[in-house]
Formats: sequence, structure tokens, C-alpha cells
Amino acid sequence: MYRSKINSALIVPVLLCFALLLTACSSQTGESVHIVGSSSVQPFVELLAESYLKNNPEENVDVQGGGSTAGLQAVRTGLANIGTSSRMLTAAESETFDSAVVALDGLAVVVNPANPLSKITSAELRDVFSGKIANWEVLGGDDRPIRPITREAGSGSRDNFASLVMEGNPISRRAITQESNGAVKELVKGDPAAIGYISLSMLSHEVKALLVDEEAPTIENIQKGHYALTRPFLFVTKGDMSPEARRFFEYVLSDEGQAILEEEGLVRKP
Amino acid sequence: MRQEKLIALILQAVALSALAGLLLITVFIFKEGLPLILRTGLKDFFFSSDWEPDAGHFGIMSMIIGSLAVTLGAMLIGGTLGLGMAIVLTQFCPPKLASFLKPTIELLAGIPSVVYGFMGVVTLVPLIRSYLGGPGLSVLAASIVLGIMVLPTVTSISIDALKAVPRTYWEGSVALGATRWQTTHMLMLKAARSGIVAAIILGMGRALGETMAVIMVAGNALEIPGSVLDPVRTLTSNIALEMGYASGEHREALFAAGVTLFAVIMIFNTIALTFARRTIRQGRGQ
Repeated sequence: MYRSKINSALIVPVLLCFALLLTACSSQTGESVHIVGSSSVQPFVELLAESYLKNNPEENVDVQGGGSTAGLQAVRTGLANIGTSSRMLTAAESETFDSAVVALDGLAVVVNPANPLSKITSAELRDVFSGKIANWEVLGGDDRPIRPITREAGSGSRDNFASLVMEGNPISRRAITQESNGAVKELVKGDPAAIGYISLSMLSHEVKALLVDEEAPTIENIQKGHYALTRPFLFVTKGDMSPEARRFFEYVLSDEGQAILEEEGLVRKP
Repeated sequence: MRQEKLIALILQAVALSALAGLLLITVFIFKEGLPLILRTGLKDFFFSSDWEPDAGHFGIMSMIIGSLAVTLGAMLIGGTLGLGMAIVLTQFCPPKLASFLKPTIELLAGIPSVVYGFMGVVTLVPLIRSYLGGPGLSVLAASIVLGIMVLPTVTSISIDALKAVPRTYWEGSVALGATRWQTTHMLMLKAARSGIVAAIILGMGRALGETMAVIMVAGNALEIPGSVLDPVRTLTSNIALEMGYASGEHREALFAAGVTLFAVIMIFNTIALTFARRTIRQGRGQ
């Protein structure tokens, strides 16, 4: 008697779980476009897909993460129509695949406006974030400790920064970790000893953007490829695309698609 | 009669489903987290500060120390203030004022933690940074914010404990010529001791589990803090910071951090319950 009561109590949450699983799996109809790849590109493609599907409800676009390399692999085996990558392809890869830059992503290195420093080199930046340089005096600033501010492990900006600047060196454990571009900026705004990196779209006069390797973080410099802290967002394909995939591809490169990316803080394709 | 039975059955089912929820959560956390702890090895998991999920290093010592440091700081601040508040409200305060002050303090529990965090970031952190030094985001900032957040818990449970002391104790003491303060610290606090300990331990559980406010004011650096002005990362904030992106072993490691928290909070609650029961038994013994 008592046991049966326990069972009936358990059934409700279990059934609910199943119902959720079923609804999650039942969205595949028709010829859909599969896009797999970089988890940094994923949120942007999801946004693009969302507005694309709003205008073309008959289409079906399915976006997954997994990493740039996994995306290439999925394109190679035909599991994905389009792969996304947040790094340039290697020489061997570009022989197998066709790729197109759909947008550029730039990081600005920011300090407090009271900081006399106006430029930094990639190597200095690396030493600052790995903890080798710990005082602003070494870089020609005032005598005060440097407080680097980084992002949480897994964030696109952090991955971006690590691959463009750190060259395999770990980011110092002493670095303060914030969970958004906005929080980094807020901290740099208030702390004359802080240095952080934020997405280009977040730049404002409340913080000072440093020249990196003598180049300013401007849209123009990023499009020309002069600014070091830039990475491309690529769409990668192999052979002929299906008509559905081609339509989505063209939408992303269209003015409307590019405007969406720009609004989200990316730089238009050059 | 049949209707009554049916209602009883439904109520039982509802009560048990709450329990089933707890059971599901427990089983799930342990199933996800425990294998990684065993694979990494107890020593490398609990006694290493090497947290580099990408490189497969999952040492959570600095975060355990961070959690404990912040909780201890919160209890030094919130425990002292809360207990003081409870003493004033039960022993030294006109009943009318007390009936206004107590709900006001309890109102603090209703403020969302993100509001506490935000207040900490915009007011407390800059103050600490300019007057005490360091980045401002620190053990101290987190302790103060958490100390205020645990105030309602500590205060209201301590008040209940002090009120549960039989009136005759108090009357006896005053009749013997003891002053109010002598009565309070020599008698009331001792008689209510176990309830007060329970209040403090429940407050600790709250401080240990708080996440949002801590992420905002603690700085989340992975280094073991050398002073109260250094930034610190707690177990909860680490889980919340990295959960969004984690997959595979990294995700398991976050669950393993959850297992650790779960165990610590269970220990706290068990101790608190034991003390609370002891109070009741003592009360009944009279």
C-alpha cells in the first residue's frame, strides 16, 4: 500500500521529463540546413537563423556548436552543410574546403582613462596577463600594481584572447574574472590599475582603448587586417551546397544579415 | 469517508513528490560528479589549486578556501550583528519598537541577491578600493554583503531561541537582584545557546550557498587569497560562471564541486538540526 503511493508520486516528475525530451526531439521536417562548428560563432548564427526563419518559415536551419575543428569534420563527412570556424584554415584544410569570411571579431584592450599609457605590444600584453609583468612602471606608466581582468573559462572573448595573445601561456590565476563585457568595462572604469579586454562594440569614452602593436582598434583597421586582436568568423563548405544551404549563406552575406551581425558587435566582412 | 481517503492520498503524494525532488537532485548530482572525483583522485581534486578545465586540471582547493573564507567573514559580521539584534529586540527594547523592527529585518530576506550584489559593486567595492586598497572586489566585500544577507536568518532564529527560554528563568534571575545585562549574558544566552548555534549554522549554510551576489563582488580570481583585500572565487560562483559553456569532463567537474558543496551544507544542516532538537528537548524537560 505504502509503496504504491511512492510510485505514483515518482511518476509525475518522470513523465514530465519524458514530455520535455519528446518535444525537444520532434522538430525535424523537410530538407534542413545543418550548421556545425565554433561555439563562438554559434550564438550569432542562431540569431541569423532566427530572423531568417521569420521571413522564410518554410525553411529549416539547425545550428550546433562543438568547435571549429568538429565543424570541419562534420562538413567533410557530409553531416553538416555548412561548418563555422573562428580561426583561419590551415594550408591543408583550405585545399579540402571552401571558406568565406562572414564577419570579423575584434577585441579592444582597455585601461582606466587616468592611466598614462596609450599603447602596448602583443608580447607585453601576454606578459601582463600571464603575470610576468606586474607593475605599470615596467610599461612606462605609474608605479602601481597591474590588475588584469579576464573572462570566465569558455567565454568566446577569453578563447579569442587566449588564442590571439597568450600563445599557449596560461592566464594568471591572480587575474580577476568577470562574467560579461559590461562587468569588465565597469571595473576598468573605476580602477586606475586595471586592464581588461572587451568586445569592440562595447568601447566608449569611459575607458581608454590601447593601441596594440601601434594599431588602433577601429573597424577600418580590423577590416584591413592591421589590428592584431582580430579573428575571422568563417563559413566553410565542401563541394556544391544544397540550394537551401546556399539561400541561407546568401542571407548571411546580404546587407540584412550583415546588419544583424554588426548590431551584435561584430565587424562586417571586408 | 471515501472522499477523505482520496484527499489524504493526494496530500501524501504531494508531500512525497517534494521528497522525490530532493532524491532526484541528490542522485543526479552524485551520479554526474562522483566519477570525476574518483578519477582525478581525492588529493588532486580537493588539495590542488590547479583549475584549468581545458587542460584537464580540476583542483578546487582555492575555491574551497574561498568559500570558507567568505562564509567565515560573513558570519563574523552577520552573526555578531544578528545576535546583537536578537538580544536587543528580546531583552532591551520596548515591545512596540520590537514589533516594528523585527519585520523590518525580516524584510531583508525578501530582497533579491542580485540587488545586494549590485549595491556591493556600485557602493562598497569603490569604497574598499579607494580607502583600503586592492581591487575592491575582495573577500571583505563579499563578507560584508553576505553578512547583511544572513542577518534575517540569524536574527529571527535567535529571537525564537531567546523567546523559547521559559519566562520563569528570567523572573527568577531578576528577583535575585541581577541586572538586565547580567540576566542576559549569564542566563538567557546560556539557556538559548543551542538555538543560537543553530541560527548561526543555518546562516552559514545560506552564506555558503549564495551565488549571484558573490560573483558580482568577490572578483573570482583563482589564486588563494593572501588577505581580506584579495579577490577570491567560491565553489558556487565557479559553478555558475562556467556552467554555461562546460561540456564533458569540465561539466562533470562542476558537478563534483556541487557534490562538495552539497556535502558541506548537509553537514551544516545536520549540526543545526541536532542543536535545534536539543533545545526543544530541554524546553520540554521543564
